[in-house]
Amino acid sequence: MTMLEIKNLHVELEEENKKILKGVDLTVETGKVHAIMGPNGSGKSTLSYVLSGRDGYEVTDGSATLEGEDILDMDPEERAAAGMFLAFQYPVEIPGVGNMTFLRTALNAQRKARGEPEVSSADFLKMVRAKAKDLQIDADMLKRPVNVGFSGGEKKRNEILQMAMLEPKMCILDETDSGLDVDAMKLVAQGVNALRDEGRAFLVITHYQRLLDHIRPDVVHIMSDGRIVKTGGPELALEVEKNGYGDLLAEGA
Amino acid sequence: MALPKAKQDATDARLADLEIPVSGGWSLAARQDAAERLVQMGLPQPRDEYWRFTRPKDLIAPEAPAAAPMDESDENPVFSDKGACTLVFRDGVFDADASDGDLPAGVAITRLAVSQDNDIDWASALYGKLELEGQTPVQRPLAALNTAFATDGLIIDVTDKVETPILIRYVHERDDSDPVLHHLVRLHADTELTLLEVGAPGARCNTVMEVDVANDATLHHVRDQGRNHDRRTNTHAFAKLGARSTYKSFTLSLNGALSRNEQIVSFTGDDAVAHVAGAAIGDGKNDPVHHDDTVFVTHDALRCESRQVFKKVLKNGAVGVFQGKILVKKDAQKTDGYQISQSLLLDDDSQFLAKPELEIYADDVACSHGSTTGAIDEDALFYLRSRGVPKPRAEDLLVLSFLAEALQEIEDETLADELNERLAAWLGRHAV
Repeated sequence: MTMLEIKNLHVELEEENKKILKGVDLTVETGKVHAIMGPNGSGKSTLSYVLSGRDGYEVTDGSATLEGEDILDMDPEERAAAGMFLAFQYPVEIPGVGNMTFLRTALNAQRKARGEPEVSSADFLKMVRAKAKDLQIDADMLKRPVNVGFSGGEKKRNEILQMAMLEPKMCILDETDSGLDVDAMKLVAQGVNALRDEGRAFLVITHYQRLLDHIRPDVVHIMSDGRIVKTGGPELALEVEKNGYGDLLAEGA
Repeated sequence: MALPKAKQDATDARLADLEIPVSGGWSLAARQDAAERLVQMGLPQPRDEYWRFTRPKDLIAPEAPAAAPMDESDENPVFSDKGACTLVFRDGVFDADASDGDLPAGVAITRLAVSQDNDIDWASALYGKLELEGQTPVQRPLAALNTAFATDGLIIDVTDKVETPILIRYVHERDDSDPVLHHLVRLHADTELTLLEVGAPGARCNTVMEVDVANDATLHHVRDQGRNHDRRTNTHAFAKLGARSTYKSFTLSLNGALSRNEQIVSFTGDDAVAHVAGAAIGDGKNDPVHHDDTVFVTHDALRCESRQVFKKVLKNGAVGVFQGKILVKKDAQKTDGYQISQSLLLDDDSQFLAKPELEIYADDVACSHGSTTGAIDEDALFYLRSRGVPKPRAEDLLVLSFLAEALQEIEDETLADELNERLAAWLGRHAV
C-alpha cells in the first residue's frame, strides 16, 4: 500500500518568487523507511515543510497525497490528524506552556478531529511516563515548558516523544541527527526504530550516513536542485559517505 | 497661578456636587487638605503630558458613564476559596451580610466610614500622606480627589505573619454606580500579608490604596479587576517600603472600556524589594478597550531592587498604554532597577503605546528597561499546528505563553495557577 505519493511537485518561496522544488517524484510505501540525502540547498527541508503545511511556500504544480488523500489543501492541524508528523530540525521553544499540557492538548485535538474519544488524564499520564522512560526523558523535562532550556539532544528526544505519543502514520525526520553526539543519536534512533511497524512509514532527511547506520533505510534517494536525482538501496548512502555528492550528481546530470 | 480654562471648568463641574462625607473625625483634616490641593492642581486634561495616551474624560466627568454589570451567572469570581475572610463592597457600599469568614490572628480591620470617631493614630497619620508625597514630581489629581471624597474603605493593620489571604471582593450591580474607596494598609515590622482584590467596584470607580510596609515586612497584593466590558476604572496604589521589606503586586485585567492603574512605589529603607506586574487582555470586538498601566518607582535608599513586568495582549482595536518610570536619587547607590513592558498585537487594528523612563542621579546602579511590540510567533504557531493543535487553540496557548512571565511574578503558585486557568477559560470561549 502507498503511504505517501508525491508527483511532479513544484514549489516556490512565496516572498522571493524563488523556485525551490522543481518536480519531485517520490513514493513511500507503508511500512518502509526512506531516506533523502543531498547537499545543502537541494530542497530537502522545503519538502518537509511543504508536506507538513508551513506557510510561505506556494505549490505551483504537482500533487502530494497521504493514503490517497490530497494533503496540499489541508491546514497543518488537519494533516497532523490525518497522520502526518514532522520532527523539526530546530524544535521551537514555547515558554509558559508545559510540555505535558502541550502533548495532551495535541493528542486530544487530533483524536477529536478523527472522531475518537479523548484520552483521560490518568491514561495519558501512564502513557507519557512509559514512553518518556524509554527515551530517558525525566519527570522534570516533562514538567518544563516546551523545549525551554533543553539541550540539543533533549529537544530531539522530545520530538521523538511527541512522535511516540501521537503515533502518526507518516513520520518525516528533518535532520534529526544534527547537533547530536553519538549517544544521543543512538537514543533517538532507538526511539524511531521502536516505532517502525507495518502501518507506518518514515522519511528520514539527513546529510550524513551515520544516522542511517542506526535507522536502516529500505530506500535511499539523492536530492539535488529541487529534484530526486537518484534512488537506490542502503548502499547509495554508503557511496555518498565515501565519495561525497560530486560523483553522484555528475552521474545524475 | 490660574488654571487653564478647560481644566478649571472641568474641575468646577466635577466638584460641584461632591462633598466631603465627614464633618469631623480623624480623616477630616487630611480630606480638607486634599480637596485644597485638588482645586489647585485641577483635574487631568488631554493636554497634560501624563494623560497623553489616555483620555481622562470619562474619569473626570461629573457623572459616571453608564456601564452594564457583568452577568453574574457568567463566571464565578476567582479566589473565592482562597481568603480566610472575604469583605464585600457592592457598588462601593460595604455589604456586611455578604462578607464572611473570621479574621485571622495578626490582622485587625476596620472601615473608614465607621471609625472616624475612633482614635486610630496610625491611620490618621497615613491617610492621604503617601498620596500627598506621590503628587511630586508628577501630579495625580484623581488620587487627591479620592482622599478628599472617599466614602469608605478598609483600614488594615497587620501585626503578625498572616498565612491565609484577606480577600476584598467588589460587586458591580448598578449601571451608574461611582464608588470612591480609600484603603489603608499598615504592616508592622517583620509581618506578612497576602491581600487579594477581585472584581470591578462599580460602573466607574476611583480607588486608592496607601500601603506602609515597615522593616522586614512583606505584602503580596494580587488583583483581578474582572472583565466588565463597560467599566471605567481608576486605581492608585501608593507603597512606602521600609528596610529589607518586600512588596509584590500583580494585576490581571480583562477588557474594560477604560482602566488606568497607577502604582507609586518609594523605597525609604535600604535593601528592600518591590515587584509590580500586570497582565491584561483586551478584545475590542464588541466594546472599546483601553488599558493603561502607569508606574512610578522612586529609589531613595541603598541596594533596593525594583522590577516592573507588564504584558498586554490586544486585538480588535484595543489600546494598551504603559508609562513606567524608575527614578534613582543621588544617594540610592547599588540600586537594581528593571522594567519591561511588552505587547502582543493580534491584529493590525490594535495599538500599544509605551513610555519607559529612567532618571538616574546615583553613579553606581544597574538599571535596565525594555519595551517590545510584536505579533504571534509564526514558527511557534506552525509548530503547535503541526502537532494537531487547531489554529485558534494554538493562538490561545501562545497568548498564555506570552503572559506567563508576568504571572510568574506572583509568588504563590496556587494563586497564579488559578489566574492562569481563568485566562485559559476566557480565551477558550473566544476560540471557534
